[in-house]
Amino acid sequence: MSETIVFGLCAAVVIGLGLYGAIVDPRPLRKILAFNLLGSGVFLVFGVVARRGAAAGFPGDPVPQALVITGIVVAFSATALALALLLRYFDATGSTTLHEGVAEDAGPDSTEP
Amino acid sequence: MTIVPALDLFVAGIVLIVAVWTVAARDTMSAVVGFVAYGLLLALVWVRLGAPDVALTEAAIGSGLAGALLIGAATRLRAGEPSVSTERLGGAGRVLAMTLSAVVAAAVAVVLLSLPDPAPSLASEAAANAGVTSLGNPVTNVLMAFRAMDTMLEKVVLLLALLGVWSMARDHAWGGRPRSCRRADPEGPLVLLARVLPPVGVVLGISVLWVSADHPGGAFQGATILAAMWLLVLMAGLGDVPAAGGRRLRLVLVAGPAVFLTVGLGGLALGAAFLSYPPAWAKPVILVIEFAMVLTVATTLGLLVAGPPERSAER
Repeated sequence: MSETIVFGLCAAVVIGLGLYGAIVDPRPLRKILAFNLLGSGVFLVFGVVARRGAAAGFPGDPVPQALVITGIVVAFSATALALALLLRYFDATGSTTLHEGVAEDAGPDSTEP
Repeated sequence: MTIVPALDLFVAGIVLIVAVWTVAARDTMSAVVGFVAYGLLLALVWVRLGAPDVALTEAAIGSGLAGALLIGAATRLRAGEPSVSTERLGGAGRVLAMTLSAVVAAAVAVVLLSLPDPAPSLASEAAANAGVTSLGNPVTNVLMAFRAMDTMLEKVVLLLALLGVWSMARDHAWGGRPRSCRRADPEGPLVLLARVLPPVGVVLGISVLWVSADHPGGAFQGATILAAMWLLVLMAGLGDVPAAGGRRLRLVLVAGPAVFLTVGLGGLALGAAFLSYPPAWAKPVILVIEFAMVLTVATTLGLLVAGPPERSAER
């Protein structure tokens, strides 16, 4: 069962990396990427939990595995929507950052992905 | 036996290196390419975690379709890229963010290392009830029967996301078609590929759905392959995306959730509960839902990648 430890630690580091990227990088597209990284780390946690629950001849607990499949599709939908918003914003303002031009009506909070 | 743990460490190491690259790369396009590679490597991790169904989903959707979407966005955003390097976080903010991220990662690691043993699991219950649906793949069983509610609502999420993307259209393009791809060279390799590959891909997509009754595969994975074939044809300029206002397209888009909902309400009226299947008919009912779903999901995924309407409905 060593793979649950190796990939569990891997998931933890990926979550940390994704969080760091989402905070530090000001570019919205990079925030979306980092957010996806964070999400995939959380999915891996599910995977490790599922693997630990292997029983009844199954290689892993099928319930968390099915949840992850649903999660990946939902994460893709959210990414598609976020990218459409970003591209529309870029078309309207010609800028890839959320700071310039919107300084009056939006504070630094608006950089959230 | 010692080769397998060493391979696990190796794969985990590469996954982490590519993840660092995705966050740290200066150029956004390089970061996106890193993310696609990361998704494919992650599929290997999923195989090692005993989840081939998830591995297929990750490779097809998490890496493939999301990759196509991200590469397209990065290409269009390239023009506005260089101006932003000045507003990066300062030294102190960086250290703070790094500390916070490290603390979160450490907390997750501690939790994962101190999970209860033996682990709680629903695997034996899933196995005990597998006979009810006569499906051999436990994950398909969970998705289509035991937790069918999640799967149905997920279809609705996909539709809502598509509505959100469509609503990004300018007024004159409302109900129209997404931006057209650059005309590919009719003698070029892309057009050849778009003529040769789709027949194979369509068969493969349907077979991935069909075998998912007993083997790794599934409706999403099959639908993603079908969507990829459609996108290939679109990129080669051999077809055009249907207008968002078209009635036939909208019928296809609601077919999956509508069939699912009808079956669910039928279960409420005739059987025990919402989404309960009559035991003797469980497999045929699931197949009907899955085929309606594949059509809807493939179309929705393709339209999500194609983006919001930017041309009017006339060609």
